[in-house]
Amino acid sequence: MTDRPLLSLQQLAVTYPGAPLPALQGIDLRLAPREKLAVIGESGSGKSTLARAIAGLLPGGSHVGGDLIWSGDTPVPGRDIGFVFQDPGGSLDPLLSIGAHLVEVLRTHLPLSPRAARDRAGDLLAQVRLPDPRAALEGYPHQFSGGQRQRIAIALAIAAGPALLIADEATSALDVLVQAEIVALLRDLAEARTMALIFVTHDIGLAAQLADRIAVLRNGRLQEIGPTARVLAAPQAEYTRQLLAAHLDLSSPPLVEARG
Amino acid sequence: MSLLTVTDLSKTHHGARRVRALEDVSLSVDAGETLGLVGPSGCGKSTLARMILRLDRPDAGAIRFDGQDWLALRGRDLRRARGGLQMVFQDPAAAFHPRATVQGALAEALRLHSGMPRAAWATRIADLLTQVDLAPDLAPRPLSTLSGGQQQRVAIARAIATGPRLVVLDEALSALDTSIRGRILALLVRLQRDLGLAYLFIGHDLAVVRAISHRIAVMDAGRIVETGPATKVLAHPQADLTRRLIAAIPTLSPPGDLP
Amino acid sequence: MAGLLKRPEALAGGAVLLALALIALAAPLLSPGDPLAIAGKPLILPLTDAAHPLGTDRLGRDLLAGLIHGARTSMTVGLLVAVVALSAGMIVGTVAGLAGGWTEAVLMRLVEAFQIVPGFLLALALVSVAGPSLAGVVLAIALGAWTGPARLARSRVLALRESEFVAAARVLGLHPAEIAFRQIMPLALPPVLSLTAIIVAGAILTEAALSFLGLGNPNVVTWGGMIAEGRNQLRSAAWLSIIPGLALVITVVSTYLVGEALTDSLTERRPR
Repeated sequence: MTDRPLLSLQQLAVTYPGAPLPALQGIDLRLAPREKLAVIGESGSGKSTLARAIAGLLPGGSHVGGDLIWSGDTPVPGRDIGFVFQDPGGSLDPLLSIGAHLVEVLRTHLPLSPRAARDRAGDLLAQVRLPDPRAALEGYPHQFSGGQRQRIAIALAIAAGPALLIADEATSALDVLVQAEIVALLRDLAEARTMALIFVTHDIGLAAQLADRIAVLRNGRLQEIGPTARVLAAPQAEYTRQLLAAHLDLSSPPLVEARG
Repeated sequence: MSLLTVTDLSKTHHGARRVRALEDVSLSVDAGETLGLVGPSGCGKSTLARMILRLDRPDAGAIRFDGQDWLALRGRDLRRARGGLQMVFQDPAAAFHPRATVQGALAEALRLHSGMPRAAWATRIADLLTQVDLAPDLAPRPLSTLSGGQQQRVAIARAIATGPRLVVLDEALSALDTSIRGRILALLVRLQRDLGLAYLFIGHDLAVVRAISHRIAVMDAGRIVETGPATKVLAHPQADLTRRLIAAIPTLSPPGDLP
Repeated sequence: MAGLLKRPEALAGGAVLLALALIALAAPLLSPGDPLAIAGKPLILPLTDAAHPLGTDRLGRDLLAGLIHGARTSMTVGLLVAVVALSAGMIVGTVAGLAGGWTEAVLMRLVEAFQIVPGFLLALALVSVAGPSLAGVVLAIALGAWTGPARLARSRVLALRESEFVAAARVLGLHPAEIAFRQIMPLALPPVLSLTAIIVAGAILTEAALSFLGLGNPNVVTWGGMIAEGRNQLRSAAWLSIIPGLALVITVVSTYLVGEALTDSLTERRPR
């Protein structure tokens, strides 16, 4: 944490056009290079707004207050920041092959020949552990399952080698088995590629699987932020305690008794 | 005798490719108990729910519910009998007519199944809302103005308004925030105790399914691969899928502990 | 509706249609008596005689009276055709979309059969057989106009049929007819209603064309009939055809303008 931060937010506030109240206010946050930060909160907490504000994806006319300071040049979305959305199909064009998607992104941001871009595309699909990556280049989005489409979306997001990957509820639409695989994939990718990760979720259990630090949001305000182990073991905010209490795993007591 | 008995149910979807959605599925639910049905997406659990709810017909197999040959019921007899078997879906926003109000949605259930005079509906609607921990003054509100958690409570109120013996809950908590999920789980347990309901609780998250289920059936690729009391299935999983589902439950341990 | 007022062209079209509707309703007051009766000297030029501001035809019938009463015919036929075509299309489309299988196949083949025959030929054939009564003309034109609404209604119903609230209604035990007509049809209606203007405008044109060919009721004034009458003096007294022709063009264009704005306001995405 002694590194110069990749990104620091000072008193960040966001108000959507036409909204009476800010969706986010008073956010102070520093993200170190290669850090994996989980942002957790419920619907309406402002967690997605935070992700979009950092990625520069807020709708036009939104009012942004405070400062958002990058360590280097102002990042280019898609090249320096990768973004993965909740809906695995939403960011894919149904009429474009997977290879065409990747080649387009690669050649937009990197000086690559078509042939080199195609090779790189195959490598990316292998990195996101898509089965048979070379054949997948020829496939179209509808031929893949939800989990596979999310892997493809991740490959697109990391194609240009961003310094930061933001996953906004990227696993919420998937079943638990696929969810666990994607969480492990994101964690491994961040570590292998020396990339920072912001993982936005409503599930504190998932956050615990991969984050170095956890930030808890509620009603547009930061409730607490700290190292994962500390937040889980000794939460400071009452709200974090509620979230922990609501978590269900095998150690939670069953709600019904066995019947004879 | 079981309340619901499903025997050797099979269904093949004929699309661009033939998909065997269900293969000889058998299960039973006793009165007053919760059977958890768990499996990954695409395993056929929602297809099975649609068969039991008589929204689709199986290619083969039998369903008995409440002593009747459930698949033989038709027309008016089926519509009457439906009061005994209700459901709650995953997306509460989609489960109501886009222009429905809370009282309109509940009145429909009362009109069809309660036999109550129209004059008594308002009181009964207030009771139902109280039963699901909602304020009775929500009754005139359009459902589209309610939060997801409130909408799901209204969906539960609608399901119990017909006086059912079995409620099928298909991923009914998956779209809700974790804290709301916990409260609705507790509500379901209380309603089960008070009304003697049986549940078929369908989900992909074993941690949630286990919390509410007396027995658990695990489904994979259209087949039931394991059935048993919840404690036994979790403590001594037999099927490979069950072990994977258990391993996939996120725990509150810091990173690094994952395989 | 508010959007309608923001568009000047729609507002202009609306004003014209409103005026026409009022004229059509008040025709017996504005121009009492039979518009087919001889009112003065034949072939009076327009704007030359205060008693006959738009002049008279070769038999001395007043042109303005003809226009006023002709508006009545055009409006009535246009609206009745829309009502018949939209209702029929809505019912057939809803039933086809919900019933599926065999019923749907038969109904949609029927729709296609009607669609490949040009609507005008269909109307022509039917009117020549059934005779030129108002009901006959309306049915004849509607026969070529109900297929669009039917196809649109079916596609909307197909999308709505799979929605969860319909599954919920079935599980609750609602009668299929109640699901079809109380739950699904009201939601399928707005896009279908947006076809109204096209149908009305088309019906007015078809009616005029039928009358032009002499297939209209000879005892009722119609714009198409007036154009046909004037055709014989096109070189010497062109106004006899041009004036009713202009009336027709203005009416149809106004209908389209209003329809355009109506389509936008009916099919706009409402924020959730």
